Amino acid sequence: MSDLTKLTLSAARDGLHKGDFSAREITQAHLKAIDEAKILNSYIEVTSDQALEMADNADAMIKGNEAKPMTGIPIGIKDLYCTKGVHSQAASHILDGFKPEYESTVTSNLWNDGAVMLGKTNMDEFAMGSSNENSFYGPVKNPWRATNSDKDTVPGGSSGGSAAAVAADISIAATGTDTGGSIRQPASFCGLVGLKPTYGRCSRFGMIAFASSLDQAGPLTKTVRDAAIMLESMAGYDAKDSTSINIAVPNYEAALSGDVRGLKVGIPKEYRVDNMPPEIEKLWQQGIDWLKSAGAEIIDISLPHTKYALPTYYIVAPAECSSNLARYDGVKYGLRVAGDSLDNMYKNTRAQGFGDEVKRRILIGTYVLSAGYYDAYYLKAQRVRTLIAGDFKAAYEKCDVILTPTAPSAAFGLGEKVSDPLAMYLNDVFTVPASLSGLPGISVPAGLSSDGLPLGLQLIGQAFGEEQLLNAADVLETAAGFSDKPAKWWGA
Amino acid sequence: MSVDKNTVAKIANLARIAVSEDELEATAGELNNILDWVEQLSQVNTDGVEPMTSVVAAALPMREDKVTDGNYRDQILKNAPAVEQGFFAVPKVIE
Repeated sequence: MSDLTKLTLSAARDGLHKGDFSAREITQAHLKAIDEAKILNSYIEVTSDQALEMADNADAMIKGNEAKPMTGIPIGIKDLYCTKGVHSQAASHILDGFKPEYESTVTSNLWNDGAVMLGKTNMDEFAMGSSNENSFYGPVKNPWRATNSDKDTVPGGSSGGSAAAVAADISIAATGTDTGGSIRQPASFCGLVGLKPTYGRCSRFGMIAFASSLDQAGPLTKTVRDAAIMLESMAGYDAKDSTSINIAVPNYEAALSGDVRGLKVGIPKEYRVDNMPPEIEKLWQQGIDWLKSAGAEIIDISLPHTKYALPTYYIVAPAECSSNLARYDGVKYGLRVAGDSLDNMYKNTRAQGFGDEVKRRILIGTYVLSAGYYDAYYLKAQRVRTLIAGDFKAAYEKCDVILTPTAPSAAFGLGEKVSDPLAMYLNDVFTVPASLSGLPGISVPAGLSSDGLPLGLQLIGQAFGEEQLLNAADVLETAAGFSDKPAKWWGA
Repeated sequence: MSVDKNTVAKIANLARIAVSEDELEATAGELNNILDWVEQLSQVNTDGVEPMTSVVAAALPMREDKVTDGNYRDQILKNAPAVEQGFFAVPKVIE
């Protein structure tokens, strides 16, 4: 039997349905591969026993002709999702020992369809970061290294563990979450497809909250088709999340027609940022040419408030985080550090329980929401956010989807930017505008940098326009023909 | 607008995060770097622009005002660091 860990999700589904191999076999193959790839630190917790039990149930579903596309597919789950009785700490010290008594809606949907949980993947603490170096459990290593280099690179963040796991073939696919780029940027750094759906497409119930007006669940996969299959399982209305939208979930895979003739692809001039590396510029042009050759119409558009998206994000997201993370007080769950009064117990618990970046954002958020500054910072940012969303609305009068680079660089070295928060924030320059506007975005692997590291292109769609977005991404993926894999330096 | 050591101490107290005296200076510096950078939003004319309250144009759903869950005290307490007689236990607040 060929190596079952190398399969795409769609190929694994076909093989499982035909009976070429069992869910137990493909799960076992992945558990073995996980064991050999510990050095990547992509999993915080491996749930081997549970995985095999779920695989056996999946095999029973297949035998009983009840198989769904996700049945028997072994996947990694970002530690941000609450999974009943299983490690769910958003990679934070402050949630030490927390085992939820309930299951997130997105993971429930996946399990109902017969998917198999391999374990919980590492991430930046509370999803705050762009390199996965902010985890209490230590950094994740990107399976990709520059050509002829033995230096570690970052997998991107915050869904870095999920991205590294899929890139290293130690999960077929994985869930991520995206607040400002946390699915798309690691997908770009690890040569994968990463899809952030429209805000409201997936339920946020049971996802540990960071910035509630931005957080959204999505898949990290090997192909666009895989992303379509997995999103269909994850998505859907949920009465437990008042911001989830009650519209039917389409068959996303059926939307992949391979035909983009007449599709209007917008190219925003403001994304040509200062100091953009020439190879990113070149790849972007290549993407334009590919879509044009496929019959799409290329349209120059303007998103005039683009440069204000990042500073807007770094007011809105910390403000929401300071409010959401107020719940970690050493009383209800997780870590408690003693103090000589209730207040000092809170302060000591939060000082020791949160990492530096999380504390920084809580402090910024507290400041911008504090009396006397609320109007100048928070309200101002929410007004600019309206303008940013308005830019997209105007652009979509002229075009159907928008093509941009995903990130301003390829994966950088481990430790390279960790001491400079602002430089780290700039990673999300191309992903944050769509997040602020609630729009879906997908990163598609499109080429290699001169150092041999993957680079992604991003397509941004219209609200609930995932079918059109996935179809365009599928055509881009086919044209790019990206088939490189990281040279295996880990394991036996 | 920039923050000094005293302001950082005040915010840290509001956020209930212990910040030691010797960390205050460095924290003020880090916060000022970020605050200086977000200051560029003041260049944007937002006169007459409504602040965004929701990215999706949808009205919040209404539901009947009735109890739909509850009665799982033990599950709620299960993850608590300290529990006494079916309650969360905290350091003494009232003398």
